[in-house]
Amino acid sequence: MRALLAACGLLALLAAPAAAAPARVVSMNLCTDQLAMLLAAPGQLVSVSALAREPESSAMAAEAAAWPVNHGLAEEIFLLAPDLVLAGAYTSRPAVELLERLGVPVLVVEPAVSIDDARRQIGAVGAALGRDAAARDLLARFDAALAAVPPAPQRHPTAAIVGPSGYAAGPATLAGAVLARAGFDNLAGPMGIETGGTLSLERLLMAAPDLLVLPEVYPGWSRAEEFLRHPALADRGGATLTLPDRDWVCGTPALFDNLARLVAARQAMAAP
Amino acid sequence: MSQRRLLGGLAALVALLFLGSLLVGPAAIGPVRCLSALLLGGDGPLTIVMREVRLPRAILGLLVGASLGLGGAALQGYLRNPLAEPGLIGVGPAAALGAVVALQTGLAATLPLGLPAAALAGAGVAVALLLVLAGPRASSMALILAGIALSALASALTALVLNLSPNPFAATEIVFWLMGSLADRSFVHVAVAAPFVAAGGWLMLGLGRGLDGLTLGEDAAASLGVALPRLRLRLVLGVAAAVGASTAVAGSIGFVGLVVPHLLRPLVGARPSALLPASALGGAAMVLAADIAVRLILPDRGLQLGVVTALVGAPLFLHLIYRTRREFR
Repeated sequence: MRALLAACGLLALLAAPAAAAPARVVSMNLCTDQLAMLLAAPGQLVSVSALAREPESSAMAAEAAAWPVNHGLAEEIFLLAPDLVLAGAYTSRPAVELLERLGVPVLVVEPAVSIDDARRQIGAVGAALGRDAAARDLLARFDAALAAVPPAPQRHPTAAIVGPSGYAAGPATLAGAVLARAGFDNLAGPMGIETGGTLSLERLLMAAPDLLVLPEVYPGWSRAEEFLRHPALADRGGATLTLPDRDWVCGTPALFDNLARLVAARQAMAAP
Repeated sequence: MSQRRLLGGLAALVALLFLGSLLVGPAAIGPVRCLSALLLGGDGPLTIVMREVRLPRAILGLLVGASLGLGGAALQGYLRNPLAEPGLIGVGPAAALGAVVALQTGLAATLPLGLPAAALAGAGVAVALLLVLAGPRASSMALILAGIALSALASALTALVLNLSPNPFAATEIVFWLMGSLADRSFVHVAVAAPFVAAGGWLMLGLGRGLDGLTLGEDAAASLGVALPRLRLRLVLGVAAAVGASTAVAGSIGFVGLVVPHLLRPLVGARPSALLPASALGGAAMVLAADIAVRLILPDRGLQLGVVTALVGAPLFLHLIYRTRREFR
């Protein structure tokens, strides 16, 4: 009997959000924050995560000032009485599970690892918000930006995207996808790194990439980032480009800022 | 064994391990090509790998190891206790705390000598506190208890400073500061450490005669013309400079200053003046060997140096405690 009641409750829960667009949406992940800010109707988005306001992490830090922030705690999010919560796959699992147990609908968005992935997510978040038209507009911006990328030359220069401690982005990442679209061969792939993995300084130097893509560093000091300032990287005699991580951690139009920077770097390298 | 033959043998061992350190690395390249790129140069990335990655790493292994071996021998000579080891009794952790504070406050970036000076200050405070807390003829009990308290406090404060840092990577680097590593060091680090290690080494090597006198007791030493306050000041400054600068660039590496003097003491007839130079060479050999080991055992996992030295040193430490346990009653 209780099982039957619970099943009915669950059915009602599943049926409810499909009926109308959610009116109170809370996002608790940096990437869903940005998609929601881009897609939500005025007043529909109630809160974004605190990371969305941090200029080092977020491509939309200035925009995020318009929304109250949450810190990903189940309690504070439940008290906002959301009828849809957007979470990332790596958002605190206990918080997401607690919200689900309390009957709050949660849409978990996997991190995008390709440009197609990013497009699919825009569609999915648009559908969940009942904002299909806004999603279509955003996708049209994607297509226009992609179409504007000049074709890559026959011979691709090689590149490596290397972060603190030598953590390299492989081809199966959003950054790797942007790098490939800009017309570079990612050296991480042939070195056995598909998604992400650490390259030792020696192997990186021996691979001798034509272009080394480094992130901006955080304030304060870390040994991990000291890797990026190793004199050998400056002396190795290839091009180096510093790109902000915030512009390619999430599948938003900010991707195209880094894409444009990479294309410009490739063209500068081709011109003697 | 004559002292000259012992020192010659140790120097040969250090030279061999230094060469080994140059030839071992994640980019597997034949020794002939490595050495020719190192010595003759030439175009291509191998020259950069040899001259800017492996050479500074090997030099730092030498400097850090010599500092720790010498620091252990000097402290043990003064305190007349074989358990006095810079890393274990809080000198290394305190130097790490000084280094972390300098790096996170930006002092290291604004002042040219900010980093080694802060590490030196941390190490100096720790040595001075230990001498006060453990007393002149340190009982193992007082020494270890004071050391544990200092280590725990310095480690906790290091963790606190790293947690307060605006840098998201800083907090994950507590392990580096407490365990030490020579991975990806450059000549910048050699330049930071070398002058202080040289000065500290010179101060400590000059302690030999005074420490020899001390083995007969303080009164006998004084009657031999050993000025204890000057000896003590020289010891504090020497240990602080060498261990402090080493820790600032390589993190705190434990047990080197314990194992090396312990192994060499019987060979030099327990004379501190002979043990000091032998321990400097022995320490260099041990750190170079450990640094080769971390690259051979788990090349891609970033194994910390302190893990290897602890695996070798901790059983010996326990053995020494067991042997001196009567003192504890």
